[in-house]
Amino acid sequence: MPVLIFIDTAEGHVKKSSLEALTYGAKVAEQLGTTAEGVVLGSVTDDLAALGKYGVKKIHHAAADALNHFDAQVFAKVLAQVAEASSAKVIVFSNNLSGKAIAPRLSVRLKAGLVSGAVALPDTSNGFVVKKNVFSGKAFANIAVKTDIKIIALSPNAYQTFAGEGSAEVVAFNATIDAAKIKVTGVSKASGEVPLTEAEVVVSAGRGMKGPEHWGIVEDLAKVLHAATACSRPVADAHWRPHNEHVGQTGFAIAPNLYIAIGISGAIQHLAGVNRSKVIVVINKDPEAPFFKAADYGIVGDAFEVVPKMTEAIKKIKGTA
Amino acid sequence: MKILVCISKTPDTTAKIAFTDNNTKFDTGGVQWIINPYDEWYALVRAIELKEADPSTVIHLITVGAADAEPIIRKALALGGDEAIRVNADNHDSYYIASQIAEVAKQGGYDLIFTGKETIDYNGSSIGGMVSELLDLPYVSLAAKFDLAGTKATITREIEGGEEMNEVELPVVVSCQKGMAEQRIPNMKGIMGARTKPLKVVEPVAVDTLTSVAGFGLPPAKAGVKLVSPDNVEELVRLLHEEAKAI
Ligand SMILES: Cc1cc2nc3c(=O)[nH]c(=O)nc-3n(C[C@H](O)[C@H](O)[C@H](O)COP(=O)(O)OP(=O)(O)OC[C@H]3O[C@@H](n4cnc5c(N)ncnc54)[C@H](O)[C@@H]3O)c2cc1C
Repeated sequence: MPVLIFIDTAEGHVKKSSLEALTYGAKVAEQLGTTAEGVVLGSVTDDLAALGKYGVKKIHHAAADALNHFDAQVFAKVLAQVAEASSAKVIVFSNNLSGKAIAPRLSVRLKAGLVSGAVALPDTSNGFVVKKNVFSGKAFANIAVKTDIKIIALSPNAYQTFAGEGSAEVVAFNATIDAAKIKVTGVSKASGEVPLTEAEVVVSAGRGMKGPEHWGIVEDLAKVLHAATACSRPVADAHWRPHNEHVGQTGFAIAPNLYIAIGISGAIQHLAGVNRSKVIVVINKDPEAPFFKAADYGIVGDAFEVVPKMTEAIKKIKGTA
Repeated sequence: MKILVCISKTPDTTAKIAFTDNNTKFDTGGVQWIINPYDEWYALVRAIELKEADPSTVIHLITVGAADAEPIIRKALALGGDEAIRVNADNHDSYYIASQIAEVAKQGGYDLIFTGKETIDYNGSSIGGMVSELLDLPYVSLAAKFDLAGTKATITREIEGGEEMNEVELPVVVSCQKGMAEQRIPNMKGIMGARTKPLKVVEPVAVDTLTSVAGFGLPPAKAGVKLVSPDNVEELVRLLHEEAKAI
């Protein structure tokens, strides 16, 4: 009765959030005294056997072309078949954009209790209890899963990936696949940019930047850090920046290693989306800005002077100056 | 066209988060309740826009909750929608709530079911997916755009680092997020009209819950900010590099 981990891919590559799910799933398996197995749907270019270094022993690969386009309904049915064939009792997803679509469907299909947004390993000392974020990161809840089969959707950036040694046995899985009802007619991707929800470092700016024409210094800083850029809600509402950069309670919730907030006051709704960042740096000219209370490091100063200096100092450290 | 919009009652975004009963219950003392912003700003408003484009459209709102959810559902009706259904049940897990919604949906024959992308209290992001599976319907999650031509929906959904365009024949379940529509403020006419719109109360069907809350907790407080002088930006970068190991 292995732990089964859904390995999500994009354009043939395993997503970073899935490596976290793999590491996590392997740890859960160890805890339960069983083995970890992965499942991949659709064609991939990455070497799947190499994923063994994250602790999985076996990978079920349903490589049919019909699975190259995402349809949660179709995917959930195939995953249910794999779960059944492997008699998995715990199924792990990343709670990324795909996980959010499939895990709830699989939960219904298998009548398996789902914890979405898990942030820690299950506590199995008394039942099966998993910690998750609630109230937009302002609190956590311990959720007891009462069913025989359990599904955990792991919050992105909540669990550190760990690669050791090892190789996984890759076995083809012959699935019965329904015709997809959803037709994918196009994809638009900002090329070369780091996706916000997967980024290790995020440079974010607010109304303190005064106007969209001043974003150059924010982008320069993001570039030296290989960071994604984000913004506060009024900035997106005023169309200074695209909507998909809006973080906070009503935008994206992110949990990068480093979040740099420039000219953002730190309203409670903004903090709700970024409070799980590991290190928070605030640059604001107002010493009373509420964001300083939530920060690890800060500079009280003018962003237009501080930010370019920061970019230069980082270039020096990285040896790119 | 018949649309079902799922509405959830959540604490206001500035509500103090605290717990009672040995950390097993959310402390509702002094809490203001609002319509879950994703349900209101994106799901409901987009449904209203579809009705404005095609006045023959019928919008039903559904909430699963006790009688104290009624002010919230009236507020939603003040924005728009023809009638509301409240399934008279206390808060349970997502599976229980989704099962109640699916039961109502089966009887209503809806072409389109909208939910918000998640609630701002439990952050489950699961109801839409569960409802779609219970009804064996296609599901598009985290939609940022939704258009309709006859019975064909064109939907843009968020993917990592970009967007994907989908086409699907109705009926479909869609979870809605930013981009779908702009927030609206109810007007006087809407508020007056909402008082007389039908609000049907139905009893829940018997369903098991799959999970339960064992307890809540608050994250540990931050140690406090370390301030660096604006004349010494290099020191900040050094700290981030050597102490925090963040760059
Ligand atoms: C229901 C609800 C949901 C919301 N959801 C969100 C959300 O998801 N995300 C979000 O961000 N907001 C959200 N908000 C809005 C939120 O309350 C704040 O209004 C918003 O976050 C403020 O954005 P800001 O910090 O960019 O702007 P402001 O509050 O105007 O702050 C600008 C800051 O820039 C500083 N500044 C000015 N000039 C400089 C300079 N030269 N150098 C350095 N600093 C400077 C100022 O001191 C100030 O602190 C929500 C509000 C509500 C009611």
